[in-house]
Amino acid sequence: MTESEKKLNVVGKSVPRRDGVGHVTGKTVYVDDITFPDMLYLKMVRSPVHHARIKGLDFSAAEEVPGFVRALTHQDVPKNIYTILCLIGVGPDEEPVLAEDKVLYKGEPIAAILAETEDAAVEAASRVIPDLEELPAVFDVEEALKPDAPILKEWGTNHFVYEGHHCRRVRLGDVERAFGEADYIVEERYQTSPIEHAPTETTACVAKPEPNGRYTVYTNTQALYFTLDNTALILQLPFNKLHFVGGTVGGAFGGKVDVIVEPIAILGAMKTGRPVKFRYTREEEMRVSSTRSAWRLYYKDGVMKNGQIIARQITSYADSGAYNRHTPYAVTKHAANVAGPYAIPNVWIDAYCVYTNRQPASAMRGFGVTPASFAIEVQMDKIAETIGMDPWEIRFVNAYRNGDIKPHQKIVEDATLIETMQAAAEMVGHGLSDRSLAMNSWDREKV
Amino acid sequence: MAKLRGTGIAAVNYPTGMNLGGDPSQALIHATTTGTFMISLASTDLGQGLKTVLAQIGAETLGLPFENVLINTGDTDTGPHCMGTFASRATHRVGNAIIMAAEEARKVMMEVAADELEVSPDDLETDGQGNILVKGSPDRSINIVDLALAAHFKYGKTISGRGIYMKPKSDVDPETGKMDPDSTEAHACSVADVEVDTETGEVTVLSLKSAYEGGRQVNPALVKGQIRGGSFMSVSHALYETTAPYYPAPDHSPGSFSEYVIPGPYEAPEIESVVLEYPSVNGPYGAKGVGEMTANSGIPAIINAVSNAIGVRLTEYPVTPEKVLHALEESPNATSH
Amino acid sequence: MTSKIVNFNLNGRDVEVMAKPLTTLQTVLREQLHYTATKAGCKQGGCGSCTVLVNGEPMASCLLPVEDVVGQQITTLEGLTPAEGLHPIQEAFFENYAIQCGYCSPGMIMVIKALLDRNPQPTREEIIEAIAGNLCRCTGYEPIIEAAQDAARRLNDG
Repeated sequence: MTESEKKLNVVGKSVPRRDGVGHVTGKTVYVDDITFPDMLYLKMVRSPVHHARIKGLDFSAAEEVPGFVRALTHQDVPKNIYTILCLIGVGPDEEPVLAEDKVLYKGEPIAAILAETEDAAVEAASRVIPDLEELPAVFDVEEALKPDAPILKEWGTNHFVYEGHHCRRVRLGDVERAFGEADYIVEERYQTSPIEHAPTETTACVAKPEPNGRYTVYTNTQALYFTLDNTALILQLPFNKLHFVGGTVGGAFGGKVDVIVEPIAILGAMKTGRPVKFRYTREEEMRVSSTRSAWRLYYKDGVMKNGQIIARQITSYADSGAYNRHTPYAVTKHAANVAGPYAIPNVWIDAYCVYTNRQPASAMRGFGVTPASFAIEVQMDKIAETIGMDPWEIRFVNAYRNGDIKPHQKIVEDATLIETMQAAAEMVGHGLSDRSLAMNSWDREKV
Repeated sequence: MAKLRGTGIAAVNYPTGMNLGGDPSQALIHATTTGTFMISLASTDLGQGLKTVLAQIGAETLGLPFENVLINTGDTDTGPHCMGTFASRATHRVGNAIIMAAEEARKVMMEVAADELEVSPDDLETDGQGNILVKGSPDRSINIVDLALAAHFKYGKTISGRGIYMKPKSDVDPETGKMDPDSTEAHACSVADVEVDTETGEVTVLSLKSAYEGGRQVNPALVKGQIRGGSFMSVSHALYETTAPYYPAPDHSPGSFSEYVIPGPYEAPEIESVVLEYPSVNGPYGAKGVGEMTANSGIPAIINAVSNAIGVRLTEYPVTPEKVLHALEESPNATSH
Repeated sequence: MTSKIVNFNLNGRDVEVMAKPLTTLQTVLREQLHYTATKAGCKQGGCGSCTVLVNGEPMASCLLPVEDVVGQQITTLEGLTPAEGLHPIQEAFFENYAIQCGYCSPGMIMVIKALLDRNPQPTREEIIEAIAGNLCRCTGYEPIIEAAQDAARRLNDG
């Protein structure tokens, strides 16, 4: 008897949520519910402009604020320049914890203020007026790749470099030859927007020095070890000096994997010997924290009269904003999915990770795939309209099946697109062709 | 001035998990002296219900009641490594790690039961109610409490197990893009019905009906929660949300919920769904990841429906009233402008 | 700005706090009294996670200066929860899976408490009107609407 045939006792049952009673009584403890008597609050001095050279910083007015404890600048951060995906071999490091000689986006942190109360921290931070020389900024992904664009990165380009290439490439078959054989060529440009995760709980942590020389960090990160390891590297601390506590999060949607509050809060705790709370305001969450990246995609498809797509060429641009965060990986994931759940023999994909003077983008629910699914599925309707075919049927004609090869040369397994579409058609009472009704994801020989 | 109706569809796949650098998660499990099994993790519940489904998976593999299994998670001093909760990976990766750990613990549990009942472990089965029975002789059994006490105080054995699940690292070929980026694929097909007010440009999503295939559902109520929430988010993304209303211009970036437009219950469409279950080849009990996907299929379905209603293909989102009115001006069958 | 003593009734108990002018009720509840069921999702009056009842009326505690509630009856979620078990509204939220991350739940439960107190048999439209100022990013609202309907049934039957 296989595992899947065995009678299941608990899996498959709608048992009640383990955390449900805590949630409905308000007794679940979230990070912002944690306070300590001698706790300090941290607030950032942020760039008021999109791109500038920093000429000076004056803390004298801030120091006058009652409750001001101290400021932190990049000189206090042991390894100030980092990139979080270094843990999986992505480089080079390129984002400062606190800005050094320039800022690349409006809202970029320049200095941290520690104070006895949150109000005092806000007031002191507002009194630090950085002396800035504003520089030309670029906000459009294609403008950023032009020769005259202001260059944001030390390596001299405004795109991430994938093993020597400008972009993540996927190549299967020969699209140019197939375009020559196609009955129709269907082209379109697609654009998505940057989107805020808007979890009800904002990003926050409390860092507490312990008498044994360790730091306990209460955090709402989506990834405890990933954040701990990155934080230890930034602070050049032995990993075992950090103890991260979390696991309960008030919504995230990808917005809480950036390692953005923990390193500086711990540094504050190290420098003052006191617990430090750093919690984003709603305005910071919207204007400063990472967004879903905006994507621009260009599709060119070669299609036969029977609806079969024989070639698909895609150039896409992810707006990573000023820094990497998770976008270099989003682009790879995107490249693996941007041709869609369809069997297309010739595919050519160039997917770029582009830097602009925008608040950084990062992970969000659907990471690199959401813009792909949008563009693919609007393109499928456009193809159907161009060749005069029903929108359902065009999808069945091209649907991938188990055993097919994807553009990135992985053999398809666990495909059920056909069955899912059949179920949806039945649900809404849409009549399918006999062929579409007879299809399945396992037997391409049948129909 | 008219109200135009349209229908749109979209069919999508969504990959479960990632791989870059290798994608592992671990679980440790041990029994208390009285037969409660503690699963130690460092995984995070974002609200989707991870703490619940992981206890279900552990209980299933152990063959014990749900109540006998506790989840201790969210602490790097006590929980082993987890990459994190993202990429629709947590149920898949951590669930598989728990199965491995629970199988190791179950083996010890069955050996102790075999010693106590004086039979071979192969002749035993669990009843899911907290008892280990001799197959075919259900009157010969031992309760998990007695079993655990015996293990600790009579045999000196720990009923424990270690589990890890790892998707191995797969480097991408820089020339061809050859890679193995994920573990399995879930699927969704959505059908949207919309009404477009040609005077205001406002779009109302009347209904969003979808079929999903996400492998085995560990907890159908929690899957339904993802479907309803994700469907609503797709409405929100398709029609409302942006931090750059005039992208690529950076101006007018919102800083509050009064400026960043997220719809509320007034804008929620009728949401209907069916869920198919084709167990995945590598998921825990056949589960695939469904959390992210549920927010994806609705976006193109809604946008295709608006295009269908107004006769102009829309290729950017969010489809705001302003964009609809601009599109209507180009519409060949626009009668109102 | 000089702090002054503010008295109000919290969940049936008289409390006395020292607060500077314009300190919000939310800050007093969360940071001084450590009543943390009331959440602070935005501090802009935009999400409803901080909703408490003032003399039975739902209000955003993040916009309410504490000196404005002198002598008033304040109810937070802590005050709704019975010593044993759950309030019927809490039961309905729990059993209908009207919770995911849980961060909006306290505010949602308080607005539904206020609604059902004044209107024991609300229509679907009245429920939507009541919760429209409260953000939930997880559930899509339908489970919350269903929980409110179920809570009304439980209260009317009980």
